[in-house]
Amino acid sequence: MTRPLAILCAALAVSAAFAADQGSVQVEPTVLRGPRPLARQTESAVVRDYLEAWQTLSAAMDQNRADLLNQNFVGTAKEKFAVTIAEQAKLGLRTHYQERSHDIKIIFYSPEGLSIQLVDYIQYDVQLLDREKVLATQPVQARYIAVLTPTEVRWKVRVLQAESQ
Amino acid sequence: MSRVRVSWLAVIVSAAVLPALAQSGALDLPKNIEAGSAFSIPTTGAGKATLYVAGPAQALKREVQLGQPIAFAAGDLSNAGHYLAVLRSDSSTETGEFDVAPASTPAALSFLAKPSRLPAGLQNGITGAVYVFDSFQNLITKPTQVNFQLSVAAAPTQARTVTTSQGAAWTEMNSATKEGNAKFVAQAGNVSAARVIQQVPGDPCGLKMSARQVGDKLQLETDPLRDCSGNAVTDGTIVTFTESWNGSQTTVDVPLKHSVAQAEVPARSGARISVATGVVMGNEIRWEGQP
Repeated sequence: MTRPLAILCAALAVSAAFAADQGSVQVEPTVLRGPRPLARQTESAVVRDYLEAWQTLSAAMDQNRADLLNQNFVGTAKEKFAVTIAEQAKLGLRTHYQERSHDIKIIFYSPEGLSIQLVDYIQYDVQLLDREKVLATQPVQARYIAVLTPTEVRWKVRVLQAESQ
Repeated sequence: MSRVRVSWLAVIVSAAVLPALAQSGALDLPKNIEAGSAFSIPTTGAGKATLYVAGPAQALKREVQLGQPIAFAAGDLSNAGHYLAVLRSDSSTETGEFDVAPASTPAALSFLAKPSRLPAGLQNGITGAVYVFDSFQNLITKPTQVNFQLSVAAAPTQARTVTTSQGAAWTEMNSATKEGNAKFVAQAGNVSAARVIQQVPGDPCGLKMSARQVGDKLQLETDPLRDCSGNAVTDGTIVTFTESWNGSQTTVDVPLKHSVAQAEVPARSGARISVATGVVMGNEIRWEGQP
């Protein structure tokens, strides 16, 4: 009984092989609120750009370079993360995020097509460094809500917010 | 004893802070904190230490005195998210995790309304989507009621109430039967956002022309064009008159003026003349000469 169930689950979940930096990536079947259908290509682009945004965020936080955010972030998310990076730089801190796994589900595509919302159950290790001295490395499991908006060439993250599970 | 422990008696937590403490790692922290609220982290022991709080949305570092509660004033930690806390002294390093939740009062809306212009009398032609944020620009993910209203002069207001899911709500509205500007408002709590939707006449409901000969020309003229709700079709809408005669075809495109289109074509006995605009075909006249 468990085997067919496992096969069914595997069939429902679209697994994608992404770079090892992002760990394993699972994309759950999309169950959308709203009237606008989501094309397969759009779904793939959103997931690709969202994962790239995490890579960018990790690099920006690790190198304290807010300019890196421009590639994948806009609006509130970009502003907040830029402030964090400025705070880190001022305090002599760095944070290194190493993703271990993503479990992504797209939940909302706004009717006019200008925003997509997803939920990501993510596992990562966060390492905090003070003037290059490692203070702590902590494995984290978190549920992130992300809102992405389309730009000329890619979907960019406008909101990226963890919430308690 | 170097290990930092929670002393419940020392906990000073504001009313907005849930006082449930997580047993995560060695550093005990409030499990849930509302963004922007005051809270404190109790410590025991003696001596100086440094507290680090780090998350993608905020980073803090403070020199603290062990044995004293570490107080965070309202607004110190305003960004919702997951945070790592590290308390480091000469002899120990304690870590913990905690979450900061969005404040519950809506303070800003991101309102996406579309289209900005559409024909009158269109079912579910207008859509609105809203994301609800608190005063710190955190997405409020707990269910929140959003009221949508679409109002236009001399027509009943349409209203919908939608509860957000994960911070988002959406709705569809019909455009009014009368042309004119409609005000589309989304409201959550005491905050609202408005957009203006221009409702224009739709396609003509019918298209009828008449012809009369003046010299060697035929003067063609349509009846006033109206959409199916009775609105005059917008001036400038192109109307095409086509005359077919003896295997040749003459086409005249004219814009509507005062809801009427007029054109002249050669008066040829046996000619067939048709009229159309957009997807609407009008009547056809077979000209047999002046009666």
